[in-house]
Amino acid sequence: MTGYIEPMVGRYVHVDIDGTMHRIYFEEAGQGIPLVCLHTAGSDNRQWRYLLADEEFTKHYRIIAFDLPWHGKSNPPANWDGSEYQLTTKRYTQTIRAFCSALDLDKPVVMGCSIGGRIVLNLAIDHASEFRALIGLEAADFQAPWYDTAWLNRPDVHGGEVCAALVSGLVAPQSPAEARMETLWAYKQGGPGVFKGDLYFYRVDGDLRGRTKAIDTTTCPLYLLTGEYDFSCSPEDTVRTASSIAGAEVTVMEALGHFPMSENPAQFRRYIAPVLEAIKQKHSS
Amino acid sequence: MKKSDPVSAVFEQLPTLLERDAALIQRGRLLDVDCLLGSTEQAWHVAIRAGRITDMVPAPVLMRSSAFSYRATPDAWTAFWQPMPKAGWHDLLSLTKRGEAVLEGDIKPFMTHLQYFKDLLALPRNAGGAA
Repeated sequence: MTGYIEPMVGRYVHVDIDGTMHRIYFEEAGQGIPLVCLHTAGSDNRQWRYLLADEEFTKHYRIIAFDLPWHGKSNPPANWDGSEYQLTTKRYTQTIRAFCSALDLDKPVVMGCSIGGRIVLNLAIDHASEFRALIGLEAADFQAPWYDTAWLNRPDVHGGEVCAALVSGLVAPQSPAEARMETLWAYKQGGPGVFKGDLYFYRVDGDLRGRTKAIDTTTCPLYLLTGEYDFSCSPEDTVRTASSIAGAEVTVMEALGHFPMSENPAQFRRYIAPVLEAIKQKHSS
Repeated sequence: MKKSDPVSAVFEQLPTLLERDAALIQRGRLLDVDCLLGSTEQAWHVAIRAGRITDMVPAPVLMRSSAFSYRATPDAWTAFWQPMPKAGWHDLLSLTKRGEAVLEGDIKPFMTHLQYFKDLLALPRNAGGAA
C-alpha cells in the first residue's frame, strides 16, 4: 500500500440502552487511559478525527469517539417507528454509561462538547466515581436561547442548509476555511429533526442550574474549556457554572468558537494538551 | 430623507459588492424578496430577485412593504465589518442575541436563505468595511 492510511479504526458495537439494542459506530486509536469523546448536537464523531490522529495523545490514551444513535453511522434502533426523536438527560446518560460498559472501559475519561459538555456535568453530578476525569468543552449548566429550534425541522425549509447556517456563526473567524467547511458539512448531513431533537436535551430537559454545586471534584476532576467566540455557550456561561463547583478548572480558549476540536484543531491542541497531560500525571502518581 | 454616515455609505456599496460574487448570486438564485436592511439610524428597502439586488432605496418610502427587517446599530455594523471582528460582534445572530440588532417581520425568507444573508451582509468585511 502506498496511500496514507490514518491510524483510527472504525467498528460497530451492539449496546443495550434501556432494554433496546443499538448498533453503535465508534472509532478508536491508541492505547492507555480510555478517553471517550462526545460530539456536538446534530453532528457526529468525525469532529474528533484530528484528536484520534494525534500520536502524542494516542501514546498514552485509548481515544474513542462514538456516534450517538440517529447520528453519523449509528442508525436509529431497529424498532424505531418514525416518531419524533428527542434526546433526554436520562437517555443521554444511559447511552454513555452503556457504551462504556459494552467496551469494558475501566474508569474512562469523558470529554464532550456542547451537549456533550452539558452531559459531562450531569455525569459529574450523578456518576462521578465511574470516571477518571471529565472534560466539558463549551459547557454550562444553562445558556440563554438565541433562536427558535422549530426552524431546524420543517418541510418548507432545507434542514441541512438552515442547521449549518445557524451554527456557522459559532465558528471563530480565525478558523481555517477547510476545517470550518468540514465542521459545517456534518450539519448539512444530519438526519431530519436530529439536531432539533438533541436540542430538546439542551434547551428543555437538561437545565442543570442549581444542581452543579453537588459536583465533587475530589472524586473526579472536572475541566471546563470554552472558546471566546462561542456566543451560544459563552465564556461567561461557563465561568458562572464553574463558580458553583469547588475545584473545577476553567479555561477560556482564544480564537476558538463552539467546535474547538474540529474548527481549529491546532489551536485546540494548545489548550487540551496540558489537560490531558495533567490527567495522565494524576493517573501515574 | 437619507442620512449621510459611514455605515450608509457602506450599504450603498452592497449591490456592487454582490455583483462581484458569482457564487453568492448562485446560492441565492431561488431567492426573491423585498426586505429592509440597514442600521437603526438608516435602513434601506432592498429588492432581491434571483439572488441579485435589483433595487435599493433608502427608507422610509411611502407605503412600501417588506417581508422582514434586519437592522443593527451603527457601532455594531462597524464592529461586524472589521477584518477580524471581535467575539460577539462577528455574526448576525450574535448581534441579535446581544441586543445590538433586531430581526422582525416574516423571517421565513431570511431563515430559508440564512447563509446567503450572512454572507451578503458580511461582504463589506473584505472590502474595507466602515471607518
